[in-house]
Amino acid sequence: MSAQGWQTVSSVLPPGRYFLQGDEACAEGAIAAGCNFYAGYPITPASEVMERIARRFQELEGRVFVQMEDEIGSIAAVIGASWAGAKAMTATSGPGFSLMLENLGYAIMTETPLVLVDIQRAGPSTGQATRPAQGDVFQARWGASGDYEVIVLAPWSVADMYWQTIRAFNLAEQFRVPVIILGDEGIGHLRERVDILPEVRVYNRLKEQGKPPFGGQLVPPMPAFGEGAKLLVTGSTHDPWGYRRTADSRVQAELVDRLSRKITERREEIVQAEAFFCDDDPELLLVAYGFTARSAYRAARELRMQGVRAGLLRLATLWPIPEKTIREKAACARHVLVPEMNRGQLLREIQRIVPHAKGYNKTNGEVITPGEIIGAVREKIG
Amino acid sequence: MNPGTTTSIKRMIRQEVFPTPFCPGCGHGILLGAILRAIDELGWSMDEFLFVSGIGCGGWIPSPHFAADTLHVTHGRAIAFATGAKLFNPELKVVVIGGDGDLASIGGNHLIHGARRNIDLTVICANNMIYGMTGGQVTPTTPHGAYTMTTPQGNPERPFDLCQLVAAAGASYVARYSVYHVRQLIRSLKRALQHPGFSFVEVLSSCPVQYGRRNELRSPVAMLNYFREHCVPISRAHTMDSAELADKIVIGEFVR
Repeated sequence: MSAQGWQTVSSVLPPGRYFLQGDEACAEGAIAAGCNFYAGYPITPASEVMERIARRFQELEGRVFVQMEDEIGSIAAVIGASWAGAKAMTATSGPGFSLMLENLGYAIMTETPLVLVDIQRAGPSTGQATRPAQGDVFQARWGASGDYEVIVLAPWSVADMYWQTIRAFNLAEQFRVPVIILGDEGIGHLRERVDILPEVRVYNRLKEQGKPPFGGQLVPPMPAFGEGAKLLVTGSTHDPWGYRRTADSRVQAELVDRLSRKITERREEIVQAEAFFCDDDPELLLVAYGFTARSAYRAARELRMQGVRAGLLRLATLWPIPEKTIREKAACARHVLVPEMNRGQLLREIQRIVPHAKGYNKTNGEVITPGEIIGAVREKIG
Repeated sequence: MNPGTTTSIKRMIRQEVFPTPFCPGCGHGILLGAILRAIDELGWSMDEFLFVSGIGCGGWIPSPHFAADTLHVTHGRAIAFATGAKLFNPELKVVVIGGDGDLASIGGNHLIHGARRNIDLTVICANNMIYGMTGGQVTPTTPHGAYTMTTPQGNPERPFDLCQLVAAAGASYVARYSVYHVRQLIRSLKRALQHPGFSFVEVLSSCPVQYGRRNELRSPVAMLNYFREHCVPISRAHTMDSAELADKIVIGEFVR
């Protein structure tokens, strides 16, 4: 059994420079983080994650891969394996993510660490399987039933996919929560350089026995099946030892409250955002994530060359939203523009923080180009 | 302490959860006892086991009664959860317990794929032919013509033969008994638990409250008598023609 808490481990891939696809980098990040169970179901544009895992797990010791009968079964197997002690992951796209939402709720309720990758494609429904979109921002936030907080990461490059996948596992183990990686077809199928470093920092869940596995502290310890803990795991409302208390209003209130507080009270440890060209309090701030942030970066740079004081805030976490950073960076900006490959999903949340923020939106299954963002800016500021 | 006695199996139960949530006359208590007796008679420790169950009355047989690791999951998904746990830790003895609605309706896809994989799980289906917990609606195993809350004029559909279904899908141990046939049931459960591969035991269980009272089997005794009178062993079924078998339930080991 691996040591608990933070560890420094050697990279599984020999360190060096690689040329990888986003989906492959996701698989390699998972392997580096210690992922030893993967269950999945084919879906474009996420299948390459599973194919890479299937091949790589064969070469490595003690890692289990299974292709399940559907997405419902995939995340179910992932949760079962996680309770058996695994670091477990599944990857899918929008329609498959929809099928996983019930058991995502189960993972939230039972505080099961896992990583769920959604390589977004154009929807609704089957939509355009091979085309990028960012339409699952709220599916990721509120898709399951009930009230909860969730951690959602949004990589913007192939290298970032590698590092964010490692971070997703670490957050899942630290907070005992499912962590969602919201990629998009653009990043998933992009090929670019990734530098693999010799060492990786990983976190392994705390397992202390004799303490309640569902209460007593913000993030309780989590023993595994087969260790003699006689675990009672249920998706029904339960007390700190796992006994069902489905008619007890106090137990329900305390449980739902703690499930949220374990994320809200430690929000600052989770949220990440990167500012570019922001040292001189830009008059125009672009707020972007995922593939769109790449176009926004290029647009900001070109606008600078054209004499516009433009900046970019690239969000690495979507949920919780990096609220403080957004407020600070937007404080002096006369214009805030949020380009997204959807009809203005994250814009709603940005407008809650910065009421004068405006969106630039595109839902034709094609990426937003730097030129389009520059055009939108020119329209607004002349 | 003699294995299989009431005193002996009490150690395998979380005493603090009594009384059970089951209705008077429910067959699930008999099945609960039969499962524990089978484990106890095999001399196995509850610490070796993981019990996975879904939603419905059948799902409450192990959770929270059994003093072992239990995973009480979403409706219909128990076999998929169990698959993940078993594949990651093959040393766990993983047993899935669920009702007919849970395993054969909403969970039907996981049931046939579990059987196809022939993964080393023991699946026990407490088949009371009704959705009990939600108030008595028709299930895929409700007999043709039976009255339920959602078939007020009698069930117009045909039921699944679950044993034939999982056998065809590839299960390598398949048996059916009822809670009336306790001794045969315990013997069969022991074989299922020892069997390497996907083992499936269908257990007809009595639900006088939601099924019986709408189908002239109002009392617990009437339901047990129904099983006594309608169940015929495979050996006898071979000598009967289709007209004689029309309202009969064949019990025994179908795949060994």
